[in-house]
Amino acid sequence: MGAQDVTQQLLPKPRGTIKLAMLDSKLPQRLPPEKLNEIATRCRVDILEMLEKAGSGHPGGSLSAIDIIVSLFFHEMKSNPSDPMWEDRDRFILSKGHGVPALYAVLAEREIIPKSELATLRRINSRIQGHPDRVLLPIVEASTGSLGQGISIAQGIAMGLKHQKKDSRVFCLLGDGETQEGQVWETALSAPKFKLNNLIVFIDNNNGQIDGHVDQVMDLRPLADKWRAFRWAVQEIDGHDFTQIIGALEKARKETEKPSLIVAKTVKGKGVSFMENSIAWHGVAPNKEQLEHALSDLNGGHKS
Amino acid sequence: MSAPSTPSTSKDKATRDSFGEAIRDLGKEFPKIVVLDADLSVSTKSVLFSKEFPDRFFQMGIAEANMVGTAAGLSFTGLIPFCCSFGAFVAGRYETIRVSVGYSKANVKIVGTHSGLGIGDDGYTQMGLEDINVMRGLPGMTILNPSDDATTKAAVRFAATHEGPVYLRLTRQKLPQLHKATDFQCGRGIVLKEGKDIALVGTGSTVIECSKAAQSLSKLNPWVVDIHTIKPIDRALIKTLARNCKLIVTAEDHNIIGGLGTAVSEVLAEEGWNGKLVRLGVQDVYGESGLPDELYEKYGFSANKITEKVSRLIG
Repeated sequence: MGAQDVTQQLLPKPRGTIKLAMLDSKLPQRLPPEKLNEIATRCRVDILEMLEKAGSGHPGGSLSAIDIIVSLFFHEMKSNPSDPMWEDRDRFILSKGHGVPALYAVLAEREIIPKSELATLRRINSRIQGHPDRVLLPIVEASTGSLGQGISIAQGIAMGLKHQKKDSRVFCLLGDGETQEGQVWETALSAPKFKLNNLIVFIDNNNGQIDGHVDQVMDLRPLADKWRAFRWAVQEIDGHDFTQIIGALEKARKETEKPSLIVAKTVKGKGVSFMENSIAWHGVAPNKEQLEHALSDLNGGHKS
Repeated sequence: MSAPSTPSTSKDKATRDSFGEAIRDLGKEFPKIVVLDADLSVSTKSVLFSKEFPDRFFQMGIAEANMVGTAAGLSFTGLIPFCCSFGAFVAGRYETIRVSVGYSKANVKIVGTHSGLGIGDDGYTQMGLEDINVMRGLPGMTILNPSDDATTKAAVRFAATHEGPVYLRLTRQKLPQLHKATDFQCGRGIVLKEGKDIALVGTGSTVIECSKAAQSLSKLNPWVVDIHTIKPIDRALIKTLARNCKLIVTAEDHNIIGGLGTAVSEVLAEEGWNGKLVRLGVQDVYGESGLPDELYEKYGFSANKITEKVSRLIG
């Protein structure tokens, strides 16, 4: 079976049913875990196809992050496809900018950018740059990719919203390796001071970075305890278990003072057997043959 | 040390003080202005704003990169953040400024006080001596280095109303009054005195040095020009100087690489000018402790040294 055939099977069906659930498209979609799983599977296909087409990019960290981003856009966040920059939207900042194929896939699923645009990833004159660019595509909120900066920006947005008495919230996704950057810890120190309960930060804890396993390159353990010591409301979850992701988001919603930090244990390359937990797939795109293999993996129920 | 000491008058004012007063006063007019500081508010004078508008002042502690990134985020919600520190420290967070502010077209105003050797005895680590250089390489960054109270206040107002990133460079030491507020227009240098054949071009704290040198050189009748906006540079004015002069001297309290002298030399070279350019300033070395006047003398851009240089070249 060719890659195209597999895509055909995976893509079209669930669209209509999801649409019916969207009574007010601006409100949090609150989709249940099984629906989130369907969307995430389609996003994984999109990620792999766009990376294959681009010929470069970061599959490992896109696939580890996708379940979290899908949960945010299809369960938790206020967002508005008919007016993406709607003032009262919740914000999502992908601090680990290299995982942006995952964000583009979700924006396309949420019908904020056209799906056809995904084919322009990393191409000249495209809005969907190799790393997020807020000038070309404002809905990405922040231009990231120079690691450690997105969380400061997220904090600033959270402070600005609070200052202006807006109830929108700010979600941010950090890579675990990214937290080796000193600036991250400057924000870790400052966000509790400003009582930013409207700031919810995930760490995509896939234990992989370019030069090896995070534990070996620069060990972060005990990661959750460090954030606890910085006075964040810390939770630890399985970042591929939608019930746990939703549960953590519900808990974060109830925080009255502390910013939330959710350490999500994830698997680099999740969903594609030969990419899972492989450092080699951090920043290499699949070729045609590998793409077919990957898509049949996704179709074959290898996903948990 | 034979440096002529500059007696300060009651009207003299450090441009950081002018900034503090201006931002406090603009706070009423612009409710979207917020101010961030990294534990130097007493020195940067943002303390004046913090007392007037405590809920619009964010104390970020000694963490400048986070301050800059946070300011970018604040600007994305429609606020107008001014983030303040010593120029050396804030410009040192270049990578955060490059991506979170520059590339992001964030409406952030970066205020760097304690520019140059002019801070005196605290020594090199506290001196902004390469700040213009790093900021100049960022597309879309406006760089303002005003020379007195009136133009500093006008520059702060400009920064508040201009959409886009601004770097405002300020002095610790007092400077005399040279201009009226209306003299300031972003990107347009100020001619203090028209002259003939020779131009003395200063920026910030060196404008007064050029002005005094011109008095000593009155027989030669040099032009005196204040380039308060380093970027965008006033090409038209520099072309005018090129047409009228065979010697142009730039003086700056900054490394001569990447500052005023460089910006002027680029225009002159592109215009095919065949006169002589002398770039006075910190000659690609690090600074040291001392009194401001002593340092300006030792590093060769005091009024006295400017006079000597011109006399030697012309005489």
